[in-house]
Amino acid sequence: MEKVTVPPVAAKPSLVIKPRKGWQVINFRELYDYRDLFYFLIVRDIKVRYKQTVLGGLWAIIQPLFMMIVFTLFFGRLAGVSSDGVPYPIFNYSAMVAWTYFSNAITSSSNSLIQESNLISKVYFPRLLAPLAPVVAFLLDFVVSFIILIAMMLYYGIHPTIMTLTLPLLVVLMMLTASGVGMFLAALNAQYRDIRYTITFLVQLWMFASPVVYSVSLIPEKYRLIYALNPMAGVIEGFRSALLGTVAFPTQMLLVSTLVSVVMFVVGIFYFKRTERYFADVI
Amino acid sequence: MSEPILKVNNLSKRYRLGAAEKGYKTFREAVVEGITAPIKNWGKLRRLTNFQNGNEEEDVLWALKDVSFEVAEGEVLGIIGRNGAGKSTILKILSRITEPSAGLVEMHGRVSSLLEVGTGFHPELTGRENIFLNGAILGMRKREIERKFDEIVAFSEIEKFLDTPVKRYSSGMYVRLAFAVAAHLEPEILLIDEVLAVGDIAFQKKCLGKMGEVAHEGRTVLFISHNMGAIRSLCSRAIWISGGKLVKNGGVDEVIRGYEEQQLGNVDDLSCVLNRNPLQIENQSFYFSRVMISDTENNNTNLFKYDDRIVLVCDFNGDPGDSFSPEFRIYNETHQLIATGASAAFHSKYFDRKVRQVKIVIGPLPLTSGKYHISLSVMVNYDRRDTWENAVCFTISECQPFARSWNIESHTDGVCVIKHTFSELAN
Repeated sequence: MEKVTVPPVAAKPSLVIKPRKGWQVINFRELYDYRDLFYFLIVRDIKVRYKQTVLGGLWAIIQPLFMMIVFTLFFGRLAGVSSDGVPYPIFNYSAMVAWTYFSNAITSSSNSLIQESNLISKVYFPRLLAPLAPVVAFLLDFVVSFIILIAMMLYYGIHPTIMTLTLPLLVVLMMLTASGVGMFLAALNAQYRDIRYTITFLVQLWMFASPVVYSVSLIPEKYRLIYALNPMAGVIEGFRSALLGTVAFPTQMLLVSTLVSVVMFVVGIFYFKRTERYFADVI
Repeated sequence: MSEPILKVNNLSKRYRLGAAEKGYKTFREAVVEGITAPIKNWGKLRRLTNFQNGNEEEDVLWALKDVSFEVAEGEVLGIIGRNGAGKSTILKILSRITEPSAGLVEMHGRVSSLLEVGTGFHPELTGRENIFLNGAILGMRKREIERKFDEIVAFSEIEKFLDTPVKRYSSGMYVRLAFAVAAHLEPEILLIDEVLAVGDIAFQKKCLGKMGEVAHEGRTVLFISHNMGAIRSLCSRAIWISGGKLVKNGGVDEVIRGYEEQQLGNVDDLSCVLNRNPLQIENQSFYFSRVMISDTENNNTNLFKYDDRIVLVCDFNGDPGDSFSPEFRIYNETHQLIATGASAAFHSKYFDRKVRQVKIVIGPLPLTSGKYHISLSVMVNYDRRDTWENAVCFTISECQPFARSWNIESHTDGVCVIKHTFSELAN
């Protein structure tokens, strides 16, 4: 066996371990160094999700599609909720695509540390990767269900508006919100398992606080900006406006939503960094 | 002396133990408890991460207290100590899994830790996919894994099952694959917890060989094991941790000797001098009243090594009415009869009815490492007058019968050791 050429001690990167207190800075360099692990965690999430299922990747479509059918029956037909002049199914599905992504991403992200508790207690890696991986991994489901949306637009003969170009930004906004919420709840969840049970109805309540089954036009004009404090309200309204051209592009709402989303992300990431030092001890 | 690659300074770590749960006595208490529980639970969970400095709290456990040591570059350091002594806590802190409560560690170089084989393996993924996932988890870059992929597969001996989900693997295959990935890490500092305690003997030897290779490549290794043979053969220096404190730090033989002496000293006198339970001897005219186990130098002990002799001193009570002859049977942990001894039947030796104490010397013991127990009985005129089942236990703590064996650990395979030789014949 050949000898490994070892550089002198002083030349090697040095690491100091000591008790930390309070808020922590984010080590972007380290996150970048671990990009391969991040990639493999995402790949694992995607590969494992529909393993040993009959329908496989179809599940990515079934969930929003069936929700849309149920909502169309109850809200569209029975309750007669207004759908801004487009057929209720596509009105609802355009929101459902974003909402399904968001609810899956935050649920999965919040439970990520518990899910990975074995990893957390046996090996070091930047803990942030755990809640962030599902946020990225669910994008694939999002894309698949989006294809159905395109098919529906073709079927109903709806042309997307020029604002469709803002779609990538809306997706980023949606991911940013999901990451912020995910990181925050994951960190809380590590210590207080109550979060696990809270998340289920948080997602349900949040859906009704977002314009999924109803239209933003139900909300009085003067309350719109307050309503936009829910970043998903901005995202979903943006989606509808851009793709279906139902209402004017909600620029103001989106500005508010973006601001809130950024705040959520910052709070989430810093709370996570502050608490991550004891994850392995309490999980 | 060159600058140490790893410096540990007054390292301490405390944990909070969960407070004991109370049982409810009445329905009312249970209801009241149910209502007030959330407040209490919240306090309890919050306390998990909140420690008061200064005054000591009663449910706080110091898993480590002021441990300091240094490791020079290229050194292989063994960490020994009993279960719960704090060995793994040291490695967890050094590998940044958990944070110390006090103290400072300085390290130079890339650190990898191996506290468990197969961390992060996903049962649904194939062997191939898991090699990449596990490699990345252990800190390897994708390119690095690709480069070593063939080597890893060859080491693991699972070529045929590379594209099978690992949940279909046998546990042996699983461990082989997991260790193969870990064995190909190339950090400057490698932290290893007792990971060799898995897999079959042949694979354990292969792993140990690989670790020896790593150690001789000039890497710095910290190695925890309960296996003194492995520590001896791999490490030049050792530290002994007990109750969260560093007891001894020095040459490997010296530290191990100290540790083993203390272990032997810990033998409970009660388990070496055994008095008969009065309930077992009701209405018996002649019986064993006591047995003492010791080594040939009259030191009470029930820890022996391969090839040692056991001395049993049996006390009798009552009157047999005629001469008597004791017998013994040695069983292993699975209650398999290993050997018997009988004074009359084997040696035509009878003891006078007035004799009150008989000494039995058993050995040299050809036994492999493990726990054994001895049952005693006494015959009077072909009649088994008294039998004392499981009278005394002993442990073979070390079994290294072959001078040039790989020193993997005490032999545990089989019930006994048979000396043998190998030689080649010219054709």
